[in-house]
Formats: sequence, C-alpha cells, structure tokens
Amino acid sequence: MKRRDFLKGCLIGGAAASLGAPSKSWAVGSFEGYPDAMGVLVDTTRCIGCRSCEAACNKEQKLPEPDVPFDDTSVFEEKRRTTEKAYTVVNRYETNDGQKPPYRKMQCNHCNEPGCLTSCFVNAYTKTKEGAVIYNGNVCVGCKTCMVACPFNIPAYSYSSAFDPLIKKCIFCYHTRLKFGKPPACVEICPQEALTFGLRSDLIKMGHERIRETPDRYIDHIYGEKEMGGTSWLYLSRVPDDQIGLDTTLGNEPVISNVKDFLGMVPMVLTIWPALFSGIHLLATRNKDHGDEHHNHSEQEDGKK
Amino acid sequence: MQTKGIWLAGVLVVLFLAAVPDTSRGITVPDTVILNTQSKLYEPFTFNHAKHIQLTKECSNCHHHTTGTLVQDPNCVRCHRNSSETQEVSCKGCHQTDSFSATAMHEKDPKTYHKDKPSLKAAMHRNCLGCHENMKGPMGCQDCHQRTKEGDAFYYSGAYAPKNKPSKGEHNGH
Repeated sequence: MKRRDFLKGCLIGGAAASLGAPSKSWAVGSFEGYPDAMGVLVDTTRCIGCRSCEAACNKEQKLPEPDVPFDDTSVFEEKRRTTEKAYTVVNRYETNDGQKPPYRKMQCNHCNEPGCLTSCFVNAYTKTKEGAVIYNGNVCVGCKTCMVACPFNIPAYSYSSAFDPLIKKCIFCYHTRLKFGKPPACVEICPQEALTFGLRSDLIKMGHERIRETPDRYIDHIYGEKEMGGTSWLYLSRVPDDQIGLDTTLGNEPVISNVKDFLGMVPMVLTIWPALFSGIHLLATRNKDHGDEHHNHSEQEDGKK
Repeated sequence: MQTKGIWLAGVLVVLFLAAVPDTSRGITVPDTVILNTQSKLYEPFTFNHAKHIQLTKECSNCHHHTTGTLVQDPNCVRCHRNSSETQEVSCKGCHQTDSFSATAMHEKDPKTYHKDKPSLKAAMHRNCLGCHENMKGPMGCQDCHQRTKEGDAFYYSGAYAPKNKPSKGEHNGH
C-alpha cells in the first residue's frame, strides 16, 4: 500500500467515524426509572380547586407570604405558573363540553430523565432513588439553563434576590418527607384525594384501573406515563390533555435523547481527533520534508526574522 | 414536624354509627354524628344524620352495600348484587385515616379488589361534596366546618390575610 493511499484511508475513515456512526452507536439504553421511585397520581376529575395544596406547600417549604389568601378563588381568572414563591399552583381550565371546568395542579413532574439535570453544567441537580428531582442551591450559579431545558416550564428564578439568585422549584418535599417514606405536604392535605401517593409502578396500574372501571370519567391516557421518557407525577383527565394545559406535543423521548448523540461524540473528538490528526499531520509533513531537515530548520529561522 | 398529619389525623371521625334499619339488631340509627374532631385547621361539627336520611332515603347512597337498600351503582352491583348487610357500617370502619403511611401502603393485599380505597378524609369529602353538588347542597369549606384560628393562619386568610396586596398581575411574576 502506498503511503498516499494509507493517508487517504485514514482521513476517510476518521471522517466516517466522526460523522456517520453516532446516530446509533453512541445511543444509551432508555431508562425506565428507579424501581422504587415514588410518584403522585393527579386525578384532575377529583380536584375542586380549593388550593389547600398551595397552602400546604407554602408552609412545608417555608415560602414567603402569598400575595392573596389561599382561599381566594379570584386567582383562577388567569393562568398562573410556578414561581419562586409558589412551587405549585392550581389553574382552572374552560372546556366546551358544558361540564364544570376542570382544575389542574402543576408543579415539578419529577422526570425519570430530567431535562434540567441534563442541562445543568455544575451538576446541581440529582434524581434520587425515591424519584425526586432535587437540586443543590450551593452550587447553582443561576445560569437559568434548566429553565430553558425543562419541557414543562417549571423551574422558577429568584429574581427578587439581587446577590444570590437561584433556581427554585418543587423538590417533592424530599428532605422533610419523601426521604422518610412520607407523602409530600400537598398530597397529605388534599381533601378529595385528587393526589394519590405511591410507587410509580403501582400508580400507573391504578390509573389504568380507574380508566377501565369508569371509562366515562376519563380519557384513555395517563399523562406522564411515557411523556418525555416518563415522569413521577402522572395525570388523569376527563378532557383531552391539551385542554387542561398539558403539552401534548412533547413526544416520549426524554430531553437527553436530543443531546446524547452530540455529547457522546465529545469525548471521541477530544481524545481521538488530536491523536489521529497529529499522526496524519506528522506523516504528511514527514513525507513532504523527507531528507531535508536542514532546509526545514533554516526556513523556520527565516520565518522568525 | 407539627404539620404531620394535620389533616389526616384531623379528620378522625367520631363513630359514624349508622346502624342498619333492621331494628331487630337492637342498634339505633344516630340522629347526629360529631365529625372532624381532631382537625387543627377546622372545628368539629355536628352532622345531622336524621336530616340526611329524610333527604336521600336510600342508605346505600352513602353507605354503599353495607346497609339498608340494595346497592345502586352498576359497577358495585357486579359483585354486591346480593351482598348481605355488614356488621360495620361506619365510614371509619373501612376507610383508613392514614392511607399513605408506609405501613398502610405495605399492608395492601395484592389480591384485594378494593385497592384504590380512598382515605377517610377523601371518602367523606367526595361522598358529601359529590352529592351536595347534585342536590344543590352547600359547597363551601366553611359551610360544613368553621375554620380555626390556626386554619386562618395556614390559609393566610381572615385576620392573617396578606397586608400589602400588590397591584394585579404583579404577583404572577416568574
């Protein structure tokens, strides 16, 4: 084999390895969630919009005083989202089927493969084996990347803090309750048991059982069973999910699927490429400058002048 | 951990001794039942059982298949069409106060059909509110149970209402 052919082969092979292959070979297996992960089944057909969960969250997480009382239903006039002062909010949705409007509680859905965790470059986020997505405020630099990465628009930002702004979101009451096997504060206070706490695997069975037993009450879908790779919080609804503000365009692939091909390439580019192209360069220049080291040396000296 | 079980423990209900109409058993139907005796956020209240008997007539509307008239719900009829009356007819006789405690969750028998049984608090709220809605009964929280001072503080309501109400829209900043 001629040296020129060898070099050509190297280049073509290297290019193919870096461009063509990643689509499958770098993909990681899908993650179904920790086996003992807990979750909450939100049965929106049971919610009466009493906002007790919001009050319980406020107390449990020692959040600041709300702007209006927790028994004030005027908040339903607009669609609210989670904030640094409220890790969970209940919204009311108008439907066109003439029945009473459904309410839906929103909070962090605690994804099996969280986008926030994937995006965080200081590794502030942790998915615990109990299912909670928690974060370490001490390392958070306030870059807000997770706010962009979250498909459910959950992480809020403490804009009010001038010196130490942080991401703020629901942590499944991990430190005070979940860690000890107890349900989060919102679940415990719910008078209607619209929120059911349990093993995620059990809740999925329970959800399907409710749909099977009372098919008139629900659409045949559990939101969060598959969405974005699956979430610990799951939703049952009487109306199609998009009518209660759930994004039905997200698909079932977790956020990490969008970036893992690229991220899988990074180590290869950083480790193989320098060696490969250095070698190619050395071989190429060696070929060109064969037996003329003195000339090369003098050229370099000329360049310096 | 003061918040522990404020409600779960709170909605422990005094005996809901609605006995079977079959008076030969020698049990009388209570005219009133004191409910919500241990709640911290809401006061206990007297449930007028006699009035509800007059209004609904069918015992099974509230008591499922355990007493009185035969069960109506088509889903329940599948198994309980000919179920005889049970000894235990109170709500708390079947519905647990702590359905999400670790022990309660592990005790669930995988062969039990009624795995999805609501807690006592949820059973009462859903039964009462569900019927009140259909029968145009009172629907407000305080129509049944008055809130305590602690409850006012919890909900930031009444004397504990936020003082500095910001202009509309501002409170929703994210």
